[in-house]
Amino acid sequence: MRGHWAIGMALLIGSAQAAVTDVTLDNGMRVIVKEDRRAPVMVSQVWYRAGSIDEHNGTTGVAHVLEHMMFKGTKTIAPGEFSRRIAAAGGRENAFTSRDHTAYFQQMQKDRLELALQLEADRMANLVIRDDLFAKEIQVVMEERRLRTDDQPQAVVYERLMATAYQAHPYRRPIIGWMNDLEHMTAQDARDWYARWYAPNNATLVVAGDVDADAVVALARKHFGPLPARALPERKPQAEPEPLGEKRIVVKAPAKLPYLLMAWHAPALRDWEKDREPYALMILAGVLSGNDSARLQASLVKAQQIAVNASAGYDPVGRGPAMFLIDATPAAGKSVAALEAAIRAEIARIQREGISEAELARVKAQVIAADVFQRDSLFYQAMQLGEHVIAGLPPEAVARRVEKLRAVTAGEVKAAAQTWLKDQRLSVAWLDPQPLDATPRAAATTGGRHVN
Amino acid sequence: MSTEKTVMRGLLTLMLALPLAAQAALAIQHWQTPQGARVYFVESRELPMLDIAVDFPAGSARDPAGQSGLARLTHGLLDQGAGGLSDTAIAHRLADVGAVLSGNFDRDRAGVKLRTLSSARERETALDILARVLQRPDFPPAVIAREQRRLVASIREAEADPGSVVDKAFFRALYGAHPYARDPDGEPAEIARLTRRDLVRFHRAHYSAPNAVIAIMGDVSRADAEAIAERLAAGLSAAAPLPPLPLPVAPAASEVRLPHPSTQSHVRVGALGIARNDPDFFPLFVGNYVLGGGGFDSQLLKEVRDKRGLAYSAYSYFAPMGVAGPFQLGLQTKGEQTDAALEVVRTTLADFIAKGPSEAELAQAKANLAGGFPLRIDSNRKILDHLSVIGFYRLPLDYLDTWIDRVNAVDVAAVRDAFSRRLDPGRLVTVVVGGAR
Repeated sequence: MRGHWAIGMALLIGSAQAAVTDVTLDNGMRVIVKEDRRAPVMVSQVWYRAGSIDEHNGTTGVAHVLEHMMFKGTKTIAPGEFSRRIAAAGGRENAFTSRDHTAYFQQMQKDRLELALQLEADRMANLVIRDDLFAKEIQVVMEERRLRTDDQPQAVVYERLMATAYQAHPYRRPIIGWMNDLEHMTAQDARDWYARWYAPNNATLVVAGDVDADAVVALARKHFGPLPARALPERKPQAEPEPLGEKRIVVKAPAKLPYLLMAWHAPALRDWEKDREPYALMILAGVLSGNDSARLQASLVKAQQIAVNASAGYDPVGRGPAMFLIDATPAAGKSVAALEAAIRAEIARIQREGISEAELARVKAQVIAADVFQRDSLFYQAMQLGEHVIAGLPPEAVARRVEKLRAVTAGEVKAAAQTWLKDQRLSVAWLDPQPLDATPRAAATTGGRHVN
Repeated sequence: MSTEKTVMRGLLTLMLALPLAAQAALAIQHWQTPQGARVYFVESRELPMLDIAVDFPAGSARDPAGQSGLARLTHGLLDQGAGGLSDTAIAHRLADVGAVLSGNFDRDRAGVKLRTLSSARERETALDILARVLQRPDFPPAVIAREQRRLVASIREAEADPGSVVDKAFFRALYGAHPYARDPDGEPAEIARLTRRDLVRFHRAHYSAPNAVIAIMGDVSRADAEAIAERLAAGLSAAAPLPPLPLPVAPAASEVRLPHPSTQSHVRVGALGIARNDPDFFPLFVGNYVLGGGGFDSQLLKEVRDKRGLAYSAYSYFAPMGVAGPFQLGLQTKGEQTDAALEVVRTTLADFIAKGPSEAELAQAKANLAGGFPLRIDSNRKILDHLSVIGFYRLPLDYLDTWIDRVNAVDVAAVRDAFSRRLDPGRLVTVVVGGAR
């Protein structure tokens, strides 16, 4: 088993930031605490390393379905009682499922942490999935899918493009699951998932707020400590084969405006101390997008007026591979083809000429300021820690992120654009809008995060 | 951590020590600038950052007849060229110091928010931009034309979203001839006719010092906050405070069904609710937790989702506004379940109006709201937003300090009384969009 004796190592990270405590209990459960005493509140999050990346065909969406069932009772807590008790203590609670993880959280006054931990420990080990409650809840999940994906043309485009860009890697499957899989999901599928992944040695507790780290660790040991570690299934890498050429799809859905989504296979952050390209690509995303001063907005929306919106995104923190994304909506009378050509021209310009020192300094100034601004949100701080840990990165990678970004040079940004934003690595989707008053058609069928 | 004790922490520490007693004051400092702008300030030194929000009664309810979209377009143009700086120059100057300028816009309010580091160079650069944007927007004709097209495009795009369609249709049905009835974005045909002169005049009449509410939160002294407020107010016009909006008239019962190629129908049921300063606010707010505001504690979510699996989300809320804002219940469900879901919603509401909450339900509501109060003021951002609301809607300065007591003072009889006086199950407005696929 993975159990080993607790190692209490408090890493003092960064200069401006409080210490992060990072402890592993002897059953393998990790406990991360960030003290922040600005207000007498705390957030507690239990992260399971089980998301849609761990699913198989035929039962896509089961990670998220199980998340819903986690509120439906245990051997000793009646269905709905978890939420009722947290609410009675003044708490807010919810859960979210992602490609990489499923996480459950409570935000409460600082002295009510023990209630949260006691209830979370109980449902980590003692969940009861009743057939009758499952039958209702799977209907709720299908409504959630209709709401968030099927009736949102841009979400449909994202879902279909991921299913195209990834041919082997499980990131090709939507987090919420294909509708047909949801229609055929059984309570036993959810029970199997729970039995497979819900164990202390597959979980991380993150607590941030006006708490004492030692006291949190002691409480965690008291409530989670008695739960035995279990053998976890072997996880295969399922690496995406090297792309051999550009992929293109068209999505027809009821909509008023066309839409364009471009996705390049890009590197994920693995060795946070040695890797350079992920940081360079983060800067590149900042040069292209993020506010009105960035290139896509300044050039495509304001100067050329070929787009009404355009943005770029890149998140290198994840268990699986990463993507560099650009999406845009053409201005009235402009074609998607012309818009795509204009975006390609912007990228080609960076690949050819690089970026200016002024642009680089501007993006770094924003990174530095954003790092301060983010400290206004406890929840965000805990999220960042949880996402990094799930991706196999240490809390130190969060603390030193700014330093790593500040070290990026203009030359590295240009080189990263040349290496990664190649047609061979690209997948493109066009939304072809269908009339809103057309005859009913079959339901279309994303990523992002699905909250409870 | 810093040993400096912030105002925020001071309040909360006291509150926890005396959970049932009168609360110590959240030290909101309030004054008027010589130009007549009202200022609300909380000093907090723990993070080296500063948040400022400046709001005006310049929301879409102030659009002149036949000129819908004017308020929205004016607000959208503020930072697209001001004080001789182009839109790009403004964006660059802000980005160079890591500052973030954002806007808020609704039927009542139009505002600009600035978040910046509090260090001298960053703060100065950011404040200079904020002052230009508020005081001297240039409204360049070419930029107006561009933003007119973008606004129309976003209105068109929203037509594909059944949630957006139902929201607009619900306000139309509920408010009839009242200005709240209009889409805050405006009508494309009217937007296209707006001219630079319209924007300049709207700006001068609405974005004036006597109309301004300035909220300041963060790492500055009182003396600096005074100087900042005066600097922002000094360059605004002196146009007189606007009159209150007309009172809406409660409509008769109605039901509208609009086709949309969505798989789900989006359902809204509602009626006129309350203004921000309504004396029934707390009984309705606390009571609504039980009806449809309290998530999994609420009757609506239990009936619609837990018991029947009809929808992912089902809720109700009062949206208090300048004059009576809406009370609404909403859900989304696949098309063929629409009538079943509507029936559950109407029955749940009618039962609640007739019977009110049980003692146990109300106790749960009060425990959650009172016990969760610290979460409402646990960040600079949240406190800033409270300051803006307190200032704009002229709530008492001790609004936050007495909040818990006023929640705790609500009893079952008060909820039943308020709901029965304010909501009539026979006069509900219903709008259903989509569910055709």
